[in-house]
Amino acid sequence: MADVSSIAPTGSRIDWAKLRRRTIATPKDTAITVFVAIIMGWLVWLALDWAIFKAVWSADNVDQCSKDGACWSVVHARHRLILFGLYPYDLHWRSTLACVVIILTVVLSCFPTIWSFKRLGTLWITAFSAYYLLMEGSLLGMEQVTTDQWGGLALTLFLFASVVLLGMPMGLGLALMRRSSMPVVRLFASLIIDFIRSLPLLTTLFTAAVVVPILLPDWLQGDKIWRVIIAFALFFACYQAEVFRGGFQAIPKGQFEAGKALGLGYWQILGRIVLPQVFRHALPSTVNMVVVTFKETAIVIIIGFFDILASAGAAFGTALWAPYYMEVYVFVALIYWSFIFSLGQYGEYLKRRMTVAAR
Amino acid sequence: MQVEELRARAARRKFAIQALLIVGVIVIIWSAIASARINLTALGITSGFGFLERSTGWSYSFSLIERDINDTYTKTLWIGFQNSVFVGFISIVLSTVLGFAIGTARDAYNLSIKAAATTFVQIFRNIPLILQVVFWYAILIHMPGPRQAISVGELAFISNRGVMLPGLNVTSSIAVGMIAFSVLLFIALTISKATFGKKLILWFSGSILALILAGVLFTPEGESILSIPTLKGLRFVGGITVSIELVAMIVSIVLYGSAYIAEVVRGGLQEVPKGLIEAGQAIGLPQRAIWSRIKMPMALRTIIPPLGNQWIFIMKATTIGVAIGFSDLFYIVSTSITQSGQTLELIALLMGAFLTVNYLIAQLTNWLNASLKLKGH
Repeated sequence: MADVSSIAPTGSRIDWAKLRRRTIATPKDTAITVFVAIIMGWLVWLALDWAIFKAVWSADNVDQCSKDGACWSVVHARHRLILFGLYPYDLHWRSTLACVVIILTVVLSCFPTIWSFKRLGTLWITAFSAYYLLMEGSLLGMEQVTTDQWGGLALTLFLFASVVLLGMPMGLGLALMRRSSMPVVRLFASLIIDFIRSLPLLTTLFTAAVVVPILLPDWLQGDKIWRVIIAFALFFACYQAEVFRGGFQAIPKGQFEAGKALGLGYWQILGRIVLPQVFRHALPSTVNMVVVTFKETAIVIIIGFFDILASAGAAFGTALWAPYYMEVYVFVALIYWSFIFSLGQYGEYLKRRMTVAAR
Repeated sequence: MQVEELRARAARRKFAIQALLIVGVIVIIWSAIASARINLTALGITSGFGFLERSTGWSYSFSLIERDINDTYTKTLWIGFQNSVFVGFISIVLSTVLGFAIGTARDAYNLSIKAAATTFVQIFRNIPLILQVVFWYAILIHMPGPRQAISVGELAFISNRGVMLPGLNVTSSIAVGMIAFSVLLFIALTISKATFGKKLILWFSGSILALILAGVLFTPEGESILSIPTLKGLRFVGGITVSIELVAMIVSIVLYGSAYIAEVVRGGLQEVPKGLIEAGQAIGLPQRAIWSRIKMPMALRTIIPPLGNQWIFIMKATTIGVAIGFSDLFYIVSTSITQSGQTLELIALLMGAFLTVNYLIAQLTNWLNASLKLKGH
């Protein structure tokens, strides 16, 4: 396969002839197009009318809010709570910086220049440490903020980053175990992968939060948040292992044999011949898995974490803001949507490039 | 000689690793049991399934069968399981139907239809399911009360106490029988040799005919066939009342699930070789026939395996009911844990239930896949 980054993107100029042929070529098509356009236009108009034209924007004139338009005052007044949860108000700059670090890391990871095991690993571990140091603070000589005060978008991003960072090597490990030549190792990996994949994520996380403390001696239990992160990472790893398995299957067996014939050991063959190709094959599905993981982090609200969904609930939890739940949910949905949509589009773009490259 | 020695060494190493793994797993399980014993004794909980016979003493939001606050844990858990399977089944059926429609629209020749379908998928697929559930629930709970309920043609009503729909005047066992008939008809048609369009028509007309027949045959003497909800005092009587938790669950899971299924269907339709479609056009088949006789039958073979995964996903997604207080199995189990403290037993039951249901769905998918396989391939 050619280098993915060296292939020019396919043209994206609008093909007017095609557009015309496939919208208004026949009377029937024209009728359908007009009908769909009217319905869509009407829906868009309703949405814009509510969200923009009739909306109230500032927190100072809440009294002007009505049923007809959005009352963005609630977001204006409560956005800090939504984004940072119960994190001390004066220290919000630390939370902001920490979020920026994680978002930048995700953006940077999208550039092909970073796609080597070493660089990606360094980037993510550095970013994660930076996040933790900033948020926790005591190691940098700042005021200490314990994890139970973390919340909102900052907590969601923290869960996301730690799950991906821990889950990726675990997934690789499980994938390697599943294709091991030792039957017991193989069976062990298959059992774990199939078991976790058959259970709802919520069950796995709930088990980590509530059941594991019973099964472990006191000194091994650790914080609830870490138990849940490890369980979540295991969930991620089981799905990611299957993604890697697909990547492994794409590599001809001859390559292992060639490596062996050259006298290379197992880890050398793996690290220098097989894995670089596996990663490349698995890339689009991996991006997809990362997107899904980001979306699934929202579920931690159920086991009692103050993530962005919980802080959203708190934002309209007072008598003054209670009628404006819709605005808060739309705001949070937009945050999720923009992350997930842009990452998803990036995954689609990678997939297209890979297919072009494979030809 | 040397080669054999090396081989023997490798074999010994492999044996050692595997033995170590087995011993490790045994040690972990054994120490987990030991700590569980210590921790449970400290909490004063006797392990075992004896608690299943005790009565619960707490209430919850929804059940398909008669329930009482003094029900045993066995019955309560059974109701939770029924609720999960019920929501899962309805959501699977509806999102499959909607998903096929939208997936087909995603592949439509007319670009405006395609754009509308793409918008739908991009909106509902890219927002976390749990956010969608709480969103719909919040909207429903802010609906007006029964007296100011929003009326849909005086037949159905929407209020903050639920959605009231007109229903047949039949007992619930007959209703279950009708659903079973519809499912059986669906399965029978799936493996029959009729074209896809014909199957759809047969299934719809068969189900509706059964509906009418049941209405005519089993309506109690002196009552109308349709039972329409009417406001009496502060609440509605007659018809079918669907609680807002159930509506929020089904609406959100169906929108989310159908967006995913639409992608699966679109993927399948795109896999159909262009030559086959062009051949259809060349012999003058209309668009509809190309879809139902060439595209869909071919695409189904690629669609079924990932579709099965989506069904399992939807089944697992029913656990989010706990976020809005719908009494699905997860909700019942977690409440039982807080109330009785029998954590290990209840979690084991919860896991067992999901493993069983998901295994059955996987088997169904495999069977569908095998029965659709092109003969001779």
